[in-house]
Amino acid sequence: MTRGALVLATGAAALLLAGGARAAETGPPVLRWGGDAEGGAPFVEADPADPSKLRGFDVEIAALVARKLGRTPAFVQVAFQSLDQSAARGDFDLGLSGIEDTPSRRAALAATVPYFEFREVLTVRAADAARFHGLADLRGRRIGTLAGTIAWDALVAAQAADGVVPVSYDDDVHPYEDLAKGRLDAVLLDHVLAARSVRRVAGLRIQPETIATGRYVAILSKENAALRDRIDGILLEAMRDGTLRKIFENWNVWDESQAAFEEKMKTKISLNGHAAGDAAGAPRAAEAQPGAAAFPSSPSKKILSSSSLSLVISYLPSLLKASLVTITLSCLAMALAVLLGVAIASGRVYGNAAVRLVLTAYVEVTRGTPVLLQLFVLYYGLSSVVRLPAFVAALLGLGLNYAAYESEIYRGALEAVPKGQLEAARTLGLTEGQVLRLVRGPQAFRLALAPMTNDFVALLKDSSLVSVVTVVELTKQTAIFATNIASWAVPGALCAALYLAMSLPLARLARRLEGRWKAASA
Amino acid sequence: MSAFLAIEGLRLSRGATSVLRGVALAVAKGELVALMGLSGCGKTTVLRTIVGLEGFDEGTIDVDRVALSPGPPPAGGTLRALRARVGMVFQYHGLFDHLSVLDNVTLAPVQVAKLTREAAQARARALLASLGVDEHERAFPRELSGGQAQRVAIARTLAMEPPLLLMDEPTASLDPARRNELGRSLRRLVETDGRTLVVATHDDDFVRDFATRVVILAEGAVVEEGPPGKVLTDPQHAATRFLLQMKARGPAPAAPPPQAPRLRGRAPAPRP
Repeated sequence: MTRGALVLATGAAALLLAGGARAAETGPPVLRWGGDAEGGAPFVEADPADPSKLRGFDVEIAALVARKLGRTPAFVQVAFQSLDQSAARGDFDLGLSGIEDTPSRRAALAATVPYFEFREVLTVRAADAARFHGLADLRGRRIGTLAGTIAWDALVAAQAADGVVPVSYDDDVHPYEDLAKGRLDAVLLDHVLAARSVRRVAGLRIQPETIATGRYVAILSKENAALRDRIDGILLEAMRDGTLRKIFENWNVWDESQAAFEEKMKTKISLNGHAAGDAAGAPRAAEAQPGAAAFPSSPSKKILSSSSLSLVISYLPSLLKASLVTITLSCLAMALAVLLGVAIASGRVYGNAAVRLVLTAYVEVTRGTPVLLQLFVLYYGLSSVVRLPAFVAALLGLGLNYAAYESEIYRGALEAVPKGQLEAARTLGLTEGQVLRLVRGPQAFRLALAPMTNDFVALLKDSSLVSVVTVVELTKQTAIFATNIASWAVPGALCAALYLAMSLPLARLARRLEGRWKAASA
Repeated sequence: MSAFLAIEGLRLSRGATSVLRGVALAVAKGELVALMGLSGCGKTTVLRTIVGLEGFDEGTIDVDRVALSPGPPPAGGTLRALRARVGMVFQYHGLFDHLSVLDNVTLAPVQVAKLTREAAQARARALLASLGVDEHERAFPRELSGGQAQRVAIARTLAMEPPLLLMDEPTASLDPARRNELGRSLRRLVETDGRTLVVATHDDDFVRDFATRVVILAEGAVVEEGPPGKVLTDPQHAATRFLLQMKARGPAPAAPPPQAPRLRGRAPAPRP
């Protein structure tokens, strides 16, 4: 191939690769906007009439912004808990999904002017409406909310002040279902979410008292400050000309307090001249953060002035507590997995055809389906039959799942003990039970030790999945910490250090045991 | 003298292969009987059926009034009664890798015979000393030579004091001096302790020196038997002659060569 041909070929490949981008350049430019459509009504959700389309007030706001910018909106699906990180990475230009205005978010990202004010309200069962009005009425009671939100901070603060028990969820649907089932005594969330949920779940009542207020903003990466300023102008204009009001009315979320909020915003605009100019300014951030002001113990308010060391010190106790949950859960789940695994392996090695078939089916089904699905089924799916406490569901979910893997290790190890030894033991008069206990078991255990250690370390990390059933363990606590300070650097390093502190000694102990046995029988 | 072990018409097939074709054998108390034959002739299978590790299709086995019937391996009370009467030493010894020599020998006396640990250890040490491996009592099986492991396995079986002892190729990993030592030990067991031994072996020197009787097996049936001096010096059956020729040429082949005499039909009836 000549040099010219090579250049041509390379150029053709580059053109092919850039084809998509080129097509976009020839049409109107795209505004990539990110949100979470999973259970996201009335913000962003798949249209029930045509699931390929999206609907919600944030969808309409994104369309409005795109139109004013002369762009075409293109939706990017991002998990709600990851929106900040995705925005910072530049996965999308604009994030819109009922995102709360917090100082940490403003510090880490370019946030727009707030476009909606929400109230944190308590939802209770109708039967409890007369006795649970505020957090002070709920001493010792379990209150659910989304982790890493203003409501979560409020509950953590109320835990110290009023003795309530905060329960963290990854989504805003299950808390209301658990409230109806009696797993929770109240849910603290945005009034928009509460209103939608009481329509969907029967027997719930929203209390009129406002526990706190917060505001929704759109987010962009810091580098996109110029675009943010333009979007601020578009949002303020939409407040002035009533476009936003129409959108909110369309979605039944316009009320007097919203009207008052818009009035306040308009007054601010006229005072400041052009509000977009100080979009990231401290006065507005403080103004937009009544939650932090209401709960001074919340760590988030110290963030802007905190050094890494003081951050570590302030979060270490909660991370250590979460590590305790992780290690306790992992040890108990592993104990269950080992006991059950031994029973399954023994059944598969010694049982009759029917027993072997049932146990093989259990092992294959358990190994062939995600542990996340199993946790969901145990906690939510079975809740109409048996209402397992969250920790028990987590313990069972992990234990039952790992039992399948352990049983395969033990089966292999049992079958690896030479047949000659088993026959010798039998001819000496040992019963099958004695052969298993005194000859086969001890040797199989030595063979199984290394893969078991491996599995325990894997279980330690898989225990992070149990946050889906409201157990706050180390990873979840780290995610909350990271959301609060809008950075994963320090929390991630701390979290990794704690996991290593738990897993390394175990691996060392296993190696030492293996070494000792090898020396003894080598 | 009535037979301590009586086998009649023992037949066993595995799929289309007939492994045992009507084996008949009677062993009196105090005999040391050697089972000889080419590899694959059924020696080990006969031992395994006697000790109850394998079932059989036809025939009977009687060990000191414990009768085994055709069908799957014995279980329950029959198995317990059988195990109290028969012990077996395997060719590949089957020592428990995770236990020391002493613990290998004391395991069954403590767990099955319910001896105290001290009594079991005293018995084990005496047996290990009589077999010349007492200095290895703390060693683990992987630290032993083949001959040492074999002798520990014999001690382990003798520790349960079975009246009938079956041994599969006990001299396979022993040098001549050790083999003679073992032979003398086995003769003592027979003559002094009144035990009965059935030994499957390829070792005609050992048979000549120590066995009271030799039984030749070929293709799953007994073809010749009698005093070793007579059978091994003046073989009557073609299979015995072939066996001795093979022995003179070198190690026994894994399976009978094509020129080996074929036996057809039912095996000859056992001699009285």
